[in-house]
Amino acid sequence: MKRLTFPFDEQTVRGLRAGDAVSITGRIYTGRDRFHKWFADGRPIPVCFRDGALYHCGPVVVRDEAAAGGWRVVAAGPTTSVRENPYEPDFIAATGVRIIIGKGGMDERTLAAMREHGCVYVQAVGGAGALYAASVARVAGVSLVSEFGAAEAVWHFDVADFRGVVAMDAHGRSLFADVAAVSERRLASSRRKCYTDGIRSSAGR
Amino acid sequence: MSLIERIVELIRETSSSLPEDVLRALRGALRRERAGSSASVVLGTILDNCALAAKRGVPLCQDTGMLVFFVHESLRRRVTPVLLGRAVALATERGYLRRNTIDPVSGKSFDDNCAEGVPAVRYCDRPGVTLIMKGGGSENMSRQYSLPDSSLGAGRDLEGVRRCLLDAVVRAQGYGCAPGVLGVCIGGDRAAGYEVAKEQLLRPLDAAGASEDPRLRALERRVLREANSLGIGPMGLGGGTTLLGVRVAARPRVPASFFVTVAYMCWAARRRTMMP
Repeated sequence: MKRLTFPFDEQTVRGLRAGDAVSITGRIYTGRDRFHKWFADGRPIPVCFRDGALYHCGPVVVRDEAAAGGWRVVAAGPTTSVRENPYEPDFIAATGVRIIIGKGGMDERTLAAMREHGCVYVQAVGGAGALYAASVARVAGVSLVSEFGAAEAVWHFDVADFRGVVAMDAHGRSLFADVAAVSERRLASSRRKCYTDGIRSSAGR
Repeated sequence: MSLIERIVELIRETSSSLPEDVLRALRGALRRERAGSSASVVLGTILDNCALAAKRGVPLCQDTGMLVFFVHESLRRRVTPVLLGRAVALATERGYLRRNTIDPVSGKSFDDNCAEGVPAVRYCDRPGVTLIMKGGGSENMSRQYSLPDSSLGAGRDLEGVRRCLLDAVVRAQGYGCAPGVLGVCIGGDRAAGYEVAKEQLLRPLDAAGASEDPRLRALERRVLREANSLGIGPMGLGGGTTLLGVRVAARPRVPASFFVTVAYMCWAARRRTMMP
């Protein structure tokens, strides 16, 4: 497990390889569909992403005066990243973001931008909403909540031991592409085996 | 406790705790994956998440899914769709369920998760009241084949069925939140295919849930083994655990049709039964 602590410098991020398990600690910002559209429309970005992390997440957050920061995070699992493909290469170039966290991976153009600017994609575990909520130690603030609503706002999370796997690295490698290619090759070879062969061979042993 | 409160409790428990057979399958998978691999990290995260959600009694996944209640025939007059709807509305109010029901025409949300046909209720011969919660990510990976299918080289026999099932697994990759479970219906019409396939997801993953038909049992075992050798792994990051189980049923078909229907369930295979 590689431990990454905010700020995430370029050298550390370029040292990560697809397949590395990582644990992230420090500030991360959420941003999803409406935030990316906002950026593409040329509106001002409310926080600094340089050497930072962007999390594709629409959390369930409720007001709670007893909680640190006055907000309690109920669920904060990743949302599907492909919808941000059209915007992400420009976003990476413009902001200097180093880590993008989400689910399902992103396209070739984004992978190329990651290589050029020194950024990685971390796959969070889909469905693990309770655990990721618990990894948010404090909600430090929120931006654009009146514009986008709570699920689409830019939340400022201070996280501790937020776990994921580097699925796209800054060297042009994507685990998603590798796994798809391997599984398709193996599927093709399984088609050459016939169902009755299997029954005969297992019965023969 | 009133009946409605007991149904609310069934919803809360289903949403926060996985069945023991699913947890056992996930733990077994974690033991088999190499320590430190992506697969082992993902499975460890999944199990930690499940333990935390169960302890706190909170939803283990933010997509609390489409709810289907299977109710025994004899309970038709006590456990009515109206009563189940009220329980769902209460559970939503208390935060056990996400606001997850959208009008497809207007795009507006039904904030109490109640609308025509929602929650779905099926009266059947299964004892008690059983709830299944299936999220959208996995539902999007379900599919139906019509045999023969020349692109798969799949004919109208069990070999053809096997080819469909492995194709469904490769197409789903990790996008349905693997490792998943396949509920399968061979035969039926198109509508029965999806209904029966989803019902198979109620069968436990251990030996007690295996098909009683030796031919289907052999198919379940073989597809599970072959799917897990494809290398897709948990969340599609590679590894030896792509499926936790395969559950197959067969229904009569007409001579002209031969459907194979696959209901893909995510690792968060939430189901639970209560006896009212």
